[in-house]
Amino acid sequence: MANEAKKGIQGSIEKISGPLVIAKGMYGANMYDVVRVGTMGLVGEIIELRGDTVSIQTYEETSGLMPGEPVTSTGEPLSVELGPGIIEQFYDGIQRPLNLIERAADSHFISRGINVPAIDRTKKWDFTPRVAAGDRVVPGDILGVVQESVLVEHRIMVPVGMEGTVAEIRDGSFTVEETVAVLEQDGVRHNVTMLQRWPVRKPRPVAKRLPPVTPLTTGQRVVDAFFPIAMGGTACVPGPFGSGKTVIQHQLAKWAEAEIVVYVGCGERGNEMTDVLLEFPELEDPRSGQPLMKRTVLIANTSNMPVAAREASIYTGIAMAEYYRDMGYSVALMADSTSRWAEALREMSGRLEEMPGEEGYPAYLGTRLASFYERAGRAVVLGSEGREGSVTAIGAVSPPGGDISEPVSQNTLRVTKVFWGLDANLAYQRHFPAINWLQSYSLYADKLDEYWNTKFDNEWSALRIEAMSLLEEEANLQEVVRLVGVEALSKEERMVLATTKSIREDFLHQNAFHEVDTYASMNKQFKMLRSIVQFHHLAMEALRKGAPLKALFDLHVRVELARMRYLDEDNIGKIDEFEEQMKREINEVTPVGGESDAA
Amino acid sequence: MLPKEYRTISELSGPLLVVERTKSVRYDELVEIELPSGEKRRGRVLEISSDRALVQVFEGTDGIDAKETKLLFLGKVLTLPVSRDMLGRTFNGRGEPIDGGAPILAEKKLDVNGMPMNPFSRDYPSDFIQTGISTIDGMNPMVRGQKLPIFSGSGLPHNRMAAQIARQATVISGHEDFAVVFAAMGITFEEASFFMEDFRKTGAIERTVLFVNLADDPAIERITTPRLALTAAEYLAFEHDMHVVVILTDLTNYCEALREVSAARKEVPGRRGYPGYLYTDLATMYERAGRLKGKKGSITQIPILTMPEDDKTHPIPDLTGYITEGQIILSRALHRKGIYPPVDVMPSLSRLKDKGIGKDKTREDHADLMNQLFAAYSRGKEAKELAVILGDGALNDEDKAFAKFSEAFEDQYVRQGEYQNRTFQDTLELGWDLLTMIPEKELKRVRDAYIEKYFRPRLTKEADREPVAHRA
Repeated sequence: MANEAKKGIQGSIEKISGPLVIAKGMYGANMYDVVRVGTMGLVGEIIELRGDTVSIQTYEETSGLMPGEPVTSTGEPLSVELGPGIIEQFYDGIQRPLNLIERAADSHFISRGINVPAIDRTKKWDFTPRVAAGDRVVPGDILGVVQESVLVEHRIMVPVGMEGTVAEIRDGSFTVEETVAVLEQDGVRHNVTMLQRWPVRKPRPVAKRLPPVTPLTTGQRVVDAFFPIAMGGTACVPGPFGSGKTVIQHQLAKWAEAEIVVYVGCGERGNEMTDVLLEFPELEDPRSGQPLMKRTVLIANTSNMPVAAREASIYTGIAMAEYYRDMGYSVALMADSTSRWAEALREMSGRLEEMPGEEGYPAYLGTRLASFYERAGRAVVLGSEGREGSVTAIGAVSPPGGDISEPVSQNTLRVTKVFWGLDANLAYQRHFPAINWLQSYSLYADKLDEYWNTKFDNEWSALRIEAMSLLEEEANLQEVVRLVGVEALSKEERMVLATTKSIREDFLHQNAFHEVDTYASMNKQFKMLRSIVQFHHLAMEALRKGAPLKALFDLHVRVELARMRYLDEDNIGKIDEFEEQMKREINEVTPVGGESDAA
Repeated sequence: MLPKEYRTISELSGPLLVVERTKSVRYDELVEIELPSGEKRRGRVLEISSDRALVQVFEGTDGIDAKETKLLFLGKVLTLPVSRDMLGRTFNGRGEPIDGGAPILAEKKLDVNGMPMNPFSRDYPSDFIQTGISTIDGMNPMVRGQKLPIFSGSGLPHNRMAAQIARQATVISGHEDFAVVFAAMGITFEEASFFMEDFRKTGAIERTVLFVNLADDPAIERITTPRLALTAAEYLAFEHDMHVVVILTDLTNYCEALREVSAARKEVPGRRGYPGYLYTDLATMYERAGRLKGKKGSITQIPILTMPEDDKTHPIPDLTGYITEGQIILSRALHRKGIYPPVDVMPSLSRLKDKGIGKDKTREDHADLMNQLFAAYSRGKEAKELAVILGDGALNDEDKAFAKFSEAFEDQYVRQGEYQNRTFQDTLELGWDLLTMIPEKELKRVRDAYIEKYFRPRLTKEADREPVAHRA
């Protein structure tokens, strides 16, 4: 390979400024190749090239480096290792397992120059072949499978760029570096192992891209019912600090209906990652009953870890997500927070003395963000069987002061299809998730309505739209109340306010830390919303017949409606019984023979 | 290797100087600068090329000349000599004792920049700390290993509150080993002596390490001061198994010093002239709080910052809020009403509360009660705003009840004495007492079982008990 020649190109350090190292004598090195910097062998990546001078962003702290120390090119771009052993791992931004770093450093702290393999080389996996000798295979075809965790069957695929006839296929226990198959292509025999490498900045190819049409349910009512996301879709969650971005990301990582979850903690708090690490093995996936960790990969580059590795972390994450997509899985990737990624970009750009764009961010911020989100999607993946897979990307954004007019939010909004806008005022009232129902949107809503209508007797979209328009009306009515007081409203309008309060407090509000409320199935969501809207209809009807407003407000069934959320999934049938109760109780307070205005 | 000496300063600007014809100088290396007067100062290498080095002088560049000043590159990064004997001692912002005592016999010398904690090696903070302040214990519970800043404004009693927390949070740990590490950055002598006096009065001084950079001390030194304090804290926590509370005040001065250096380097500024890496820089300090697996000790950080113009969206509080695990915000309005501590509970938040409270930690009903108090207080405040515009007549009975509740809440729950140390049980009971002012069906955030157990008995007893308003 041409790159072999690039390996070992050696130069020397010319200048050091924080994570930026400039080296001379690197003629012939490739842009974006990984280099080893200094006698400590710190990992870095070439990000600018001028003649024989290269600018390197180092993924480790540069303190103690000296001009004149050697810089050696590895001849390879920044890559991830792909193979069984990724699931349940906890990596740093450049795919070094943090547990192995701890062992290698023999310390609770991350020291420098540690070189540990991303995937365990000694572990043996039971490989079951899926092809026979003599079969013709193309890239993406499954040679065999390995049970990576109880939930994940790892499919070993023919690597991109290789095809031919299976000359040999083995069955048994192998490490990732042992040959499991031999492919013959134009008379040349290639050994295939379970380990592959892929440059993180390059999207993995697919056969055909498809539009997202099926929902990715998350168990979060405001998301699934009001602002749903599709499998293979993109979403962003901007919000000021304290508005619950991270809790939402955690909730989605826990309850989203994806087969694989890749969670990237990008420049965020260390304790949050520890929380995920301790909690996920304990939590049960509501669908499989297995620990959530069995389908999860964690990547953590916390805010105090080197800034350049933070920039790399989201690429590391999405390359792994694409790999599992290629196996035919639905993958969800959460990145918390893309603002910290953008800041890392800004810091490097500043040190390169590039001309700044808006707020000091580099001019290419928008294109970088767009090309990241574009790696999400639903697709027919490579391989002759035409498998389908998807990557759903959900990015948190942390706008300064919560003001989303800033460049990272704006550039993200341009490419993502779902916007969950977090609202500080809702958070202060402890209304969580603090997703503002008037500002947020989902461009998948119409498509997904069709899907849910077929599941829920064509009632779904009507319910959803009615609930949302009631909330819209509430906003207008509240203006009036603020100006002239609640007494100025008609009875019907006050009933609307009571209903929207119920939608907000009993449906949209969801307690992530309550054992039952934390997750609601679509079935439960549908029943809950239907009951609330049904009560509204019945009560409006009763009002017209002359029922007193106060009596309607005081009905016992309203207490029952308020507590629906605490009914566990086995008992949601109870919600259907409320309909009878509603009718009975409303009848009791409605005067007999009352005239209906509608008549 | 012998340290190399240079007299080749070519440029002096603000806190920075440039030395030419350097050889074998390391990035981040410590520099000793000898002035013609014989005075010695220190600095560190900020940027290095093959034959020139950019040096940041901690004590400022006044009096340095290009001709005679000598520079000595020490071949090591800035370290702090640490020892258990640091307890009870006072140091300046460079880590030298200023209390007249003997120099520290170092058990170890540690790099002041520390190293990032491996997130895999962290232990999740989950031990409730009782601070004795209801607005914290009841509404925003704090745990060991948390970083919980106080966002304040000029003229608000954040120092008194921080001292109260330090006093009360450590006292209850009784038999356990605890320490307070205090770093003053650019605060006045008066403020610093308030803390010292308070620590002395309560005897906490024996367990305290102080690093003091006053307002008239060199500004650039402030960049190092908190790092010295955190290095000492890490040593005491993880090598001597102590529970350390670190108080850093005032972060606003720290950030200003950082901005000064950044401006002198002519870096592309981020918001309001602060450097683009302010977030990362602050994170390297705040993230040094925490607990480690298999270690008994912990570092709990209480950074204090004064928000310019009480503006929470100013880059300093904003970026801090994104890194720390919540924030306690002080309110000028409450302070004007004469309420101490003037904690604005609505925007205040403790992110780690959920793991520190509940059954076996505090009490089963803690979380529900807290959520209900928040919701009720918020509703009461809204009702009061409405009443301001439309008059009391515009409120219905429920709104009136909530409005009354919110007043009582501020007056009895938020307000407490500077030396009043409430147990968390007292705080919880007080919360339930106050909730009796609102109708039961409005208690939507509380599980039925707790309403049954804690709320209903209060209603029946209501008659033969003195009214809520008179209970402390």
